[in-house]
Amino acid sequence: MASSFVRVLSSKRKMGILSLVGAGSLTVGFFLNREHVNAGSNVRRIYPASAEYPDLRKHNNCMASHLTPAIYAKLCDKATPNGYTLDEAIQTGVDNPGHPFIKTVGMVAGDEESYGVFADLFNPVIKERHNGYDPCNMKHPTDLDYSKIRGGLFDEKYVLSSRVRTGRSIRGLSLPPACTRAERREVERVVIDALAGLKGDLAGKYYSLTIMTDQEQQQLIDDHFLFDKPVSPLLTCAGMARDWPDARGIWHNNEKTFLVWVNEEDHTRVISMEKGGNMKRVFERFCKGLLEVERLIKERGWEFMWNENLGYILTCPSNLGTGLRAGVHVNLPRLSKDARFSKILDHLRLQKRGTGGVDTAAVGSTFDISNLDRLGQSEVQLVQTVIDGVNYLIECEKKLEKGQDIKIPAPPISQFK
Amino acid sequence: MPFGNTHNQLKMNYSAEQEYPDLSKHNNHMAKVLTPEMYASLRDKQTPSGFTLDDVIQTGVDNPGHPFIMTVGCVAGDEETYEVFKDLLDPIIEDRHGGYKPTDKHKTDLNPDNLQGGDDLDPNYVLSSRVRTGRSIRGFCLPPHCSRGERRGIESLSVEALGVLDGDLNGKYYALKDMTDEEQQQLIDDHFLFDKPVSPLLLASGMARDWPDGRGIWHNDNKTFLVWVNEEDHLRVISMQKGGNMKEVFNRFCTGLTKIEELFKEKGHEFMWNEHLGYVLTCPSNLGTGLRGGVHVKLPNVSKHEKFSEILKRLRLQKRGTGGVDTAAVGGVFDISNADRLGFSEVELVQMVVDGVKLLVEMEKRLEAGQSIDDLMPEQK
Repeated sequence: MASSFVRVLSSKRKMGILSLVGAGSLTVGFFLNREHVNAGSNVRRIYPASAEYPDLRKHNNCMASHLTPAIYAKLCDKATPNGYTLDEAIQTGVDNPGHPFIKTVGMVAGDEESYGVFADLFNPVIKERHNGYDPCNMKHPTDLDYSKIRGGLFDEKYVLSSRVRTGRSIRGLSLPPACTRAERREVERVVIDALAGLKGDLAGKYYSLTIMTDQEQQQLIDDHFLFDKPVSPLLTCAGMARDWPDARGIWHNNEKTFLVWVNEEDHTRVISMEKGGNMKRVFERFCKGLLEVERLIKERGWEFMWNENLGYILTCPSNLGTGLRAGVHVNLPRLSKDARFSKILDHLRLQKRGTGGVDTAAVGSTFDISNLDRLGQSEVQLVQTVIDGVNYLIECEKKLEKGQDIKIPAPPISQFK
Repeated sequence: MPFGNTHNQLKMNYSAEQEYPDLSKHNNHMAKVLTPEMYASLRDKQTPSGFTLDDVIQTGVDNPGHPFIMTVGCVAGDEETYEVFKDLLDPIIEDRHGGYKPTDKHKTDLNPDNLQGGDDLDPNYVLSSRVRTGRSIRGFCLPPHCSRGERRGIESLSVEALGVLDGDLNGKYYALKDMTDEEQQQLIDDHFLFDKPVSPLLLASGMARDWPDGRGIWHNDNKTFLVWVNEEDHLRVISMQKGGNMKEVFNRFCTGLTKIEELFKEKGHEFMWNEHLGYVLTCPSNLGTGLRGGVHVKLPNVSKHEKFSEILKRLRLQKRGTGGVDTAAVGGVFDISNADRLGFSEVELVQMVVDGVKLLVEMEKRLEAGQSIDDLMPEQK
């Protein structure tokens, strides 16, 4: 039963939308033509781009560094075919000015097309974040051939655990900042349907966050598998936590070495992990699992979001390419106190984190050491980098134990110039 | 356009059943009312500015509520929300506002001369008196939905209007983003400063976007009249002072509000108001008068009386801690204010506070002296 008021709205939508009359005019009731948007979404703008441009003077994130008033004016009236807009993409960066020492990305994609429609902003951000990688004229190599890995069995006196993670997005469905409840539920359905087809050491079970029992929840916490509703404003401001915990869940294999998060920060996060130093086996399971899941979803008519310039498409531009973070928890009591530690890591293209993950502090002298890079190098290359780098760090630690001196390795050749 | 599922057309690809939120663990007004059938009939609608059903209910979906406290669970993105989504909002309004019907009319009365008494609340018990309300500027979207340009427009209109006030109402505006450290500290010490919302009830509705852009605090030199710009509503207007002279507080409140309204009208803007809902604000709980008139009052004995809650209920009053909503009372000092917002005029509500607090203080004195208060028990108002 629609009121006459609502019927008036419907006919206005069908009439189409008028164009902007003069900058600076504040009269109510004119509309802007948005590219790519269906006639049904009636978006009203009263102010010109210059009046809408965010105040980024106190901001320190990649979005703020590159969003000039000119780029804003060019993109602010565009929308992806799903209706995702620039304002939505940058909201997280506007709301979180950043940290003087840590440069956050400050924008997200709402769907695969965001990277194209808003390329004028995404490309310089990607270039800054990924060491000069230029999506316009570079190709990203994808390589999940684990047989190419050399070495990868770490000294377990130092390495406590090994882990590789990435993300995958289901093509055709919006990403977490923008997805509707039905889309999110569809992601869940597609993914758990495929995971149910895994066999052997990959066979496992799905635990939906909405219907988890207390015992299941406690077990997942004890296994360090459970993820919680995001509290970081970087994520909540992007809209990723809407409708929590609807369609969120955790799948893991019976051996607890292969884990998939559904609808957390990305459609899926895929994690292979083990106690100890057998990175080779962790990466092998990682690749086998990923390729098998991909085969299973393709059987059902779905595919992952991927293109030859950006590799695997994920919500945050920082995770494009491989989306891969391969790392270890490693004990480096002497090296970590050495003044050269940071530089050594830097030259090895590694980063350190506390053992609670990003933005946590190290406990004792155990560090999370992982690759810095995501885009422009393949999975095999990045894991090899971690293997070679961690071995170097262990050698340094051993040398310091014996009272010998260590050397800072040569810096890597700058890749994308 | 920002926040929420504003790209409504995409959702039409899925059935209403596929999109309907899981409200099985929810306890808020929206969850009580929003059936799958209602969701199906409203989900393809939007207001002229593009505010959709999912935008209205997002905060209620994200915040299941509390087993004891019934939150509203929805917000308006513009004035038209209350019309376009009336099938959802009318029953919520009826439930929240004591049976207020869709055909009822709301009376506005900002004539302070109509208030009887109120200038003689015992300052030994009544520590401070305060009246607050909100106002929205017609033609602009509300905080959950407004763009940066609109929010800045609201700010500059408000600053211009407030800049004209003189005499007892002469004052100054402090924009949150340009505030100096000294100014900030002073405003904190005066208990005037508002901060970026942390309540998930507010954050989930999108009200905190672009903080602190377009937000600020205006107050008069005497620090007795205060206006918040672009916090939870376009404007929140507060009149307050130490002691028990509620009449003076209400006088200033009405005078200030009326002047501000005139100044806006001179510039071709009016406040959102209609004869059914009164003043239109972001949260349905603040419709009508949007008025909360109250005191900080010492009631250590009355508050321990077994009939305290019943007395408040009959007087149509509510208690809060002195930190505001959701805080506990400290040292027997309570925030006592009117429970109603809609269906009573401003004068009627403040009268209830004045009469009710007078009675409570009398009861407190009786109990202090070890006497009974049975003969003082009020009838249900």
